[in-house]
Amino acid sequence: MSAAAPGTSKAAHGEAGPKKKKGPGALATAYLVIYNVVMTAGWLVIAVGLVRAYLARGSYHGLYYSIEKPLKFVLWAAENSFFPYLTVFSVLSPNSGIVPSSVVLTGFQVMSRVFLTWAVTHSVREVQSEDSVLLFVTAWTITEIIRYSFYTFSLLNHLPYLIKWARYTFFIVLYPMGVTGELLTIYAALPYVQKTGLYSVTLPNKYNFSFDYYTFLILVMVSYIPLFPQLYFHMIRQRKKVLGHTEDYSKIE
Amino acid sequence: MKHYEVEILDAKTKDKLCFLDKVEPNATIGEIKSMFHKSHPQWYPARQSIRLDPKGKSLKDEDVLQQLPVGTTATFYFRDLGAQISWVTVFLTEYTGPLVIYLLFYFRVPFIYTPKYDFTTSKHWVVHLACMCHSFHYVKRLLETLFVHRFSHGTMPLRNIFKNCTYYWGFAAWMAYYINHPLYTPPIYGEQQIRLALIVFLFCQIGNFSIHIALRNLRPPGRFVTLWLFFLPQLGSWLGFTLMTQCLPVAFFTLVGFIQMTVWAKGKHRSYLKEFRDYPPLRSPILPFVL
Repeated sequence: MSAAAPGTSKAAHGEAGPKKKKGPGALATAYLVIYNVVMTAGWLVIAVGLVRAYLARGSYHGLYYSIEKPLKFVLWAAENSFFPYLTVFSVLSPNSGIVPSSVVLTGFQVMSRVFLTWAVTHSVREVQSEDSVLLFVTAWTITEIIRYSFYTFSLLNHLPYLIKWARYTFFIVLYPMGVTGELLTIYAALPYVQKTGLYSVTLPNKYNFSFDYYTFLILVMVSYIPLFPQLYFHMIRQRKKVLGHTEDYSKIE
Repeated sequence: MKHYEVEILDAKTKDKLCFLDKVEPNATIGEIKSMFHKSHPQWYPARQSIRLDPKGKSLKDEDVLQQLPVGTTATFYFRDLGAQISWVTVFLTEYTGPLVIYLLFYFRVPFIYTPKYDFTTSKHWVVHLACMCHSFHYVKRLLETLFVHRFSHGTMPLRNIFKNCTYYWGFAAWMAYYINHPLYTPPIYGEQQIRLALIVFLFCQIGNFSIHIALRNLRPPGRFVTLWLFFLPQLGSWLGFTLMTQCLPVAFFTLVGFIQMTVWAKGKHRSYLKEFRDYPPLRSPILPFVL
């Protein structure tokens, strides 16, 4: 899923990753700034990689290979800083008031992207040249560059309105674009999974267990139906709250 | 005898919902709830949460009016807990499901396995043993619910029944599918493994049962110890069953159950500690209560 929304209320003050009522200390702020700058840079590398490969090849066919490594890196970074991050702020500072919904949503988003990248695209070589891969990678890249720069600027208390606007507006197109790319990619992988029995376990075996990855992928696709609208409309509500307030302030002036 | 006046306000909107005059000083919250129910029939007592503070803890049904920190005109706040269902109903439903569902798979009812296996029985004796153990476990739980358990809260929110039944029934179906499958593979270490598993299982079943009987009549002093006394035999029974069937879904069920019990125990422990902390201030004669 391409755009999840950490943070709910008090969004007018901007966000800094998971929302905290009391501001983070100096050390925590430094860590967060470095983290968000690194993540912004990582996704920028992917964006540059995509553009350069397109210019070199003259077509957008098979651009996955040019950004495969940086993509895996940023997801690894998100995975491995997210969970210690979560532990640090929820366990060590239980009064920091992390909003549970934002944490769940972000964690879910990280996991779903890792799944799409590793368990589908990386695992099924035949889909790597599909255009649908480019579709979701592009959507993720633009979204994440905006999102991580948003966090970086917020932490430095110098958030340009443009970034805030972009963050809460671009998703309107990028989110469905990313979801389409993801679904098409999974769908493209299905025949190969069925043919090769990838990640599947059949009976009989000594653990008396079976798993059909093909059916699992179909269930994953079906799960988009209840999940996507919820996440999408959550972002739309966020947009009204965040961008709505600023309109009010300008009216007062 | 001086009578009290009781007004009940909505905890969120602060609207006056009910006014009771000439309330006996020794009236309990439970009785007040019944009186409130008369004027608002849609809120039966089980779904009423009456508290002294809009954001405070619910008062207990046994609390007596004149022992609460209220003046002769008492103000209470009401919150609707939503549709409630009795614990007994939930337990009976969530335990009957697995019992029946497992048997459906055991007897290989049509539409589960390939048609040629319909209504056949497994050639492995461990499968019959497993069915007996699984059924015994749930029959025991049903009987305990009916005759042994004393529940501290009568009800729980209605949505819990759907959540709990999905969990129990879902896992029962998942396990039963593999154990009773025509392609089921019996335990590698054969009879030795099955015998050991059965001993563990029975030992824990008996242990669990005796603990239930013993604690029925006692109010245990060591709460955390009690919680673990319940969990260990449960865990042990399912470990035994896992060993007996050598089935990965059973192992998953055991693991998930263990995690749940740990989380639940920690939550209970924390709430007991909190209760202990909150308790003294209410009884403190130093704090003035002005209403």
